[in-house]
Amino acid sequence: MKEKYFINARIIDPSQNLDEIGGIIIDEKGKVKAVGKAVNKSNVPSKAEKIDLKGKVLIPGIIDMKVFIGEPGFEYKENFRSLSNAALSGGVTSVVSMPNTSPVIDNVSMVDFILRRGRDKAGINIYPSATLTRNMDGKLMTEFGLLSKKGIVGFTDATKTVQNSEIMSRIMNYASDLDVLVMQHPEDHELSKGRCISEGEVSTRLGLQGIPYIAEKIIIERDLSLLEEYPCRYHISQLSSSKSVDVIKKYKKNGLKFSAGVSINNLSLNENDIGDFKTFMKVSPPLRKEEDRKALVQGVKDGLIDVIVSDHKPEDEESKRLPFAQAAEGSIGIETLLSLALELYHNDSLPLKKIIETITYNPAKILKINKGSLKKGSDADLCIFDLDQPWKVDVSKLKSKSKNAAIENRKLQGKVLMTYLKGESVFNLQ
Amino acid sequence: MAVIKKLSAVKEVQEHLLGIQNLSIQEANLILSEAKNFIKLNRSASKKLDLLRGKTQINLFFEPSTRTQSSFELAGKRLGADVMTMNVGNSSLKKGETILDTAMSLNAMHPDIIVVRHQDSGAPNLLSQKVNCAVINAGDGLREHPTQALLDALTIINRKGKIEGLKIAICGDILHSRVARSNIYLLNMLGAEVNVIAPKTLMPTSVNKLGVKSFTNMKEGLKSCDIVMMLRLQNERMHGSFLPSKREYYEYFGLTPDKLKFAKKDALLMHPGPMNRGVEIDTRLADDINVSLVKEQVELGVAVRMACLKLYCK
Repeated sequence: MKEKYFINARIIDPSQNLDEIGGIIIDEKGKVKAVGKAVNKSNVPSKAEKIDLKGKVLIPGIIDMKVFIGEPGFEYKENFRSLSNAALSGGVTSVVSMPNTSPVIDNVSMVDFILRRGRDKAGINIYPSATLTRNMDGKLMTEFGLLSKKGIVGFTDATKTVQNSEIMSRIMNYASDLDVLVMQHPEDHELSKGRCISEGEVSTRLGLQGIPYIAEKIIIERDLSLLEEYPCRYHISQLSSSKSVDVIKKYKKNGLKFSAGVSINNLSLNENDIGDFKTFMKVSPPLRKEEDRKALVQGVKDGLIDVIVSDHKPEDEESKRLPFAQAAEGSIGIETLLSLALELYHNDSLPLKKIIETITYNPAKILKINKGSLKKGSDADLCIFDLDQPWKVDVSKLKSKSKNAAIENRKLQGKVLMTYLKGESVFNLQ
Repeated sequence: MAVIKKLSAVKEVQEHLLGIQNLSIQEANLILSEAKNFIKLNRSASKKLDLLRGKTQINLFFEPSTRTQSSFELAGKRLGADVMTMNVGNSSLKKGETILDTAMSLNAMHPDIIVVRHQDSGAPNLLSQKVNCAVINAGDGLREHPTQALLDALTIINRKGKIEGLKIAICGDILHSRVARSNIYLLNMLGAEVNVIAPKTLMPTSVNKLGVKSFTNMKEGLKSCDIVMMLRLQNERMHGSFLPSKREYYEYFGLTPDKLKFAKKDALLMHPGPMNRGVEIDTRLADDINVSLVKEQVELGVAVRMACLKLYCK
């Protein structure tokens, strides 16, 4: 591979607190050789091929911490190849894959399978997670040590929650010793069983049994209490209500170390978007009130919420074309993650650098992976986008195998133009 | 003999009757005034008309029903439609067929109107997007039961002459009741003041946002009410620890002659049926023809459904 030169871009890299017009040099091995305003037309070899990115933004390749891939068991919804294509069109170069496949990823041989399939079929970096408990039934913890050695970056029961407090305390206690990452989907099953959407006026009007915000809060409060006793690497996968933000604020103020995420859906939509039973809006945790959405955005702004995820969950038509209560939960979103997040920049809700931080540097820090940065010597995973280009989400053009996009037909501003993986061009809009 | 107008060439209502929430006040009044004409017809010796001759009506019931189903069946037959009733129950679902598959195969038989009841909220809405005929909601999940609300309104108008300005209490398991929801929307729309009375565990969240006052006490909730609407306490709710026992529920929320005295002197009693005597209602009240409108509700139910079929049938 020849050296590559990009010039005149607006480079944003929160890992080095960088936001300036400049360039980047990628060496023969696909690593960053130099970055910033020092790289410009006058100091790159005159004969070398230069990619002029005037007016464009260049950031580290995006890391999406919550992605459901579908292999094994749900290949008809998504596979490594289709997911990779969707991810790269959205500037995403690294994903944490969820373990709630069929069979679930709760043992070493399954990790082998995922890593091999990922290596052969995926065009992006796959960081697999494994389940916290065997078969995700909340009873026996998985082999944190052996699984980590195989390459598991974190443990989560994906859309399920460890309900039993004794088991959770043991998980955290054990995890603290091995320094593994525990990621909890916070939801009390008794308070959410048989229910969908947020509890309130909308659920009353639609005649659906709603999930109260307390279902989330109660688990977060329990886990954070446990965390004070058993300090481990703990991450709350997704928040949905303002009350949950209040709780994490309180604990973070007291100096407790943990991290939290939020889905772009909960930052951009609210319960009113469900309208006349739109099942694409059925997600977990549910969309809540506008006040909740605003509180979540503020939480990101204040640094209480560390990462934004797409919560990409492909579902085929058969799983969604059902009465609302029976329909599957989830929305695709990996391809639109950045564009939808940019909406929060364009409407003055969040600074651009903050948005980029939550999808590059912060997830890398939490996962302890060597990504999400353009520092000299790091892999040249790049996302190059036009901050202003308008476009409309046409699901038929999205590359995901499933078309269940909550933001179907939404008009967005900002589009990914090019994606590079280890210095190689892997996506180009033209 | 009442004068029954022919089918209008221009439809005066929307395509489907999915809920009171989607209904305009003009549509509601139109249905009610059409229904009034049918009351007289139903009481006459010759009840059969040919307004819907040649039309096919399919009653698609995914959930068991006695009175709503028979009421719709009779209504269609009296208007001259060919009526077919399908009790789908859970059999098709067990075979793996979805509601849309069922709907599509029925649609292929060219019905002019489908009356649907389903245990899931929003199922008629989904159905209406996929079929070519009109869809009437005969009850979906916890959401709406529009024809029940319309027949309740007609019953009240028939007795009290109006709805505007009346004070109406709805009492019982509001949380799980589609009848309560549809009634709240319609009675509010027609200008009544609505109180809902229930134990806190059976009251939906944010119920006040629907434009009602909520009470947990019969004495306060029934004060100066013209109409007392009792709801069935579903026995299955007893196991979900919504309530400690039937006995305790009856003590606080069962309607007895004594509690009825909290309402106006000439207050009337309604119940969508079926009744649980001794659980939500004292058996003496249930049978008191001076107070109870239960039989009239059933009678006018047929008239309301005839009006709906006539107005919505394609």
